[in-house]
Amino acid sequence: MVMMMLKGNEATAYAAKVAKVQVIPAYPITPSTLFPEKVSELISNGEMKAEFIPVESEHSALSAAIGAAATGARTMTATASQGLALMHEVLFIASGMRLPIVMAIGNRALSAPVNIWAEQQDTIAQRDSGWLQFYAENNQEALDLSLIAFRVAEDKRVLLPAMMGMDAFVLTHTMEPVDVPDESLVEKYLGPPEQKYPTLNPSQPSTFGAFVFPEHYMEFRYSQFVAMEHSKKVIDEAFEEFKNIFGREYRKVSGFMNEDADILLISMGSMTGTAREAIRKLREKGEKVGLIKLSVFRPFPKEELVEITKNARIVAVVDRNISIGFAGAIFTELVASYNNIEKKPKILNFILGLGGRDIRVEDYIEIYNRAKEAENRGVKEIQWINVDEDAVYEVEGPL
Amino acid sequence: MNYENQEFFAPGHRACAGCAAPIIVKWVLKIAGPNTIIVNATGCLEVFSTPYPHSSWRLPWIHVAFENASAVASGIDAALKAQGKREGTNIIIFGGDGGTSDIGLQSLSGMAERGHDILYVMYDNEAYMNTGIQRSSSTPFGAWTTTSQVGPYNIIGKNEFKKPIAEIMAAHKIPYVATVNPAFLPDMKMKIEKALKIKGPKFIHAISSCTTGWRHDPSKTVEIMRLATETGIFPLWEIENGDFLKMKLTYVPKQRKPVEEYFKPQGRFRHLFQNPEKIKEIQKMVDEWWAKFENKN
Repeated sequence: MVMMMLKGNEATAYAAKVAKVQVIPAYPITPSTLFPEKVSELISNGEMKAEFIPVESEHSALSAAIGAAATGARTMTATASQGLALMHEVLFIASGMRLPIVMAIGNRALSAPVNIWAEQQDTIAQRDSGWLQFYAENNQEALDLSLIAFRVAEDKRVLLPAMMGMDAFVLTHTMEPVDVPDESLVEKYLGPPEQKYPTLNPSQPSTFGAFVFPEHYMEFRYSQFVAMEHSKKVIDEAFEEFKNIFGREYRKVSGFMNEDADILLISMGSMTGTAREAIRKLREKGEKVGLIKLSVFRPFPKEELVEITKNARIVAVVDRNISIGFAGAIFTELVASYNNIEKKPKILNFILGLGGRDIRVEDYIEIYNRAKEAENRGVKEIQWINVDEDAVYEVEGPL
Repeated sequence: MNYENQEFFAPGHRACAGCAAPIIVKWVLKIAGPNTIIVNATGCLEVFSTPYPHSSWRLPWIHVAFENASAVASGIDAALKAQGKREGTNIIIFGGDGGTSDIGLQSLSGMAERGHDILYVMYDNEAYMNTGIQRSSSTPFGAWTTTSQVGPYNIIGKNEFKKPIAEIMAAHKIPYVATVNPAFLPDMKMKIEKALKIKGPKFIHAISSCTTGWRHDPSKTVEIMRLATETGIFPLWEIENGDFLKMKLTYVPKQRKPVEEYFKPQGRFRHLFQNPEKIKEIQKMVDEWWAKFENKN
């Protein structure tokens, strides 16, 4: 164990190092460029042994990752925003081919207009791609969840790729003390990097990526669905084993001052710390408010979320993403999780912090106040926080 | 080692009768032998050779998508290196002209620039045959396709020239680039063998007739491909390390045949015979290309 001052990107590069990742194809993009830079540095100074492929695009980064993982190498890459969008086609192929690639994402807004700051739209837009999705609150989590992602992805009951999101700049470029675990302990946790599933091997020739007709295609898709369902249990086991070896505890869904709360806020990613601060302040004033943090978005932990929110009167879901035409993604899926459950809290959606707009303690207090209003009267189901509505209505017409 | 008596590309695949692609593949594999990993770009070859649950490939084979075969192969190269298993294994990519000259050009260029030890074989049937004969940048001037149709407002079919992909690859200064024609088997075998002995990126451009898209009798495949070279339209050459001045013609027709002999049996060029001027234009271009060498000698 070594304590180091690391930026989020560096923490994930160290995750690659201690996990003995064998192949790292990567392409620079703000805010995840520090990942390939750090990897290149660690390899060049002899601290890390891996094949780094400085590819010519993100599309090729993930394609090379597929080639490497199909050859049985532990493989990792990193990207963000436009880069992840460019990978879109290949994301589905990686999961369809059941390759346990791990990818660190610097969660960033998508163009247009171009913006390089924090937002979770990039990964949320890929939620249907068949990848597991983890989200980090801080840089220690970024490292730990990257290791956990390998453990789950490589489990033979799962064999699906995983992405680990950390908010742009707030995490990717901010230094925090991070406990970098010993390689020997990580090897105990993950096993050796050589993969055991069928690979491109001349002594046992197999065909990968064949042309599949309607009579067989659905079974391949259903296999992925079943594997993702199985991953729920595997994630819990991986968290448990992680705690036993490294002493740090993770849950898909965790609560803070939530036990007796009438109103619950739901948060995912780096702004959870700010939310916690707001909850503390509100509690000091006697408000019965609590916080639920989401660390896993795919598979969506619906059972745990329902269990932990069912006794609240109001659940205020805070989304740093928006599906234009409906609502934020966590809200949508939480509402869907309550399908066929009779007793349910009132669920509201608050959109904030898009394109790196600062998320302040006051914003969470504002969200709480608006949610509290809903106890007595009807309020808008989806509300945008800290946005100049008048300026928009002037151009688009009022809503 | 010689694997000429072994078949690594099994019969029973679903290629059209008269398709030249399996001839190319079969011979590349015979020369490469069993210690080989194949990457296939999306295209006819991938579709007709792997109708699940069947496969014609007796070697490890992977298809990922259309534009990224070179990137996938780069990842395989890196993985084998990381595992200490790189020595002795061939990595060969097969891609059609669309998957190579158009949508796959970026990843191919990246692979060449990074210097991966990979052989890329482009089977060039001069259009998007898998989707139904649409023009690609590799479709020759004057050819009819379903997206370069012939009519009163477009009498010549494709108005643009064929992208010189092999020259583009040679300009990457990779160790070996060659053009091959399965109708000239000994020349083709020699070049594949040579390419596989060289470390680094290699590119082989193989002309590959498509009876469906070129619109010719399936029994005439080899004959027509032979005419491509005998007329001088598809010259056979090799360039090492990007040294264009030392480009070596590996076959010089004793007397080049007129280009219309190549056009005549192919339906895709039929309309040109209504405009003999265009045929003369093409003949002039071919003559000019060859004049550079003939003057030198």
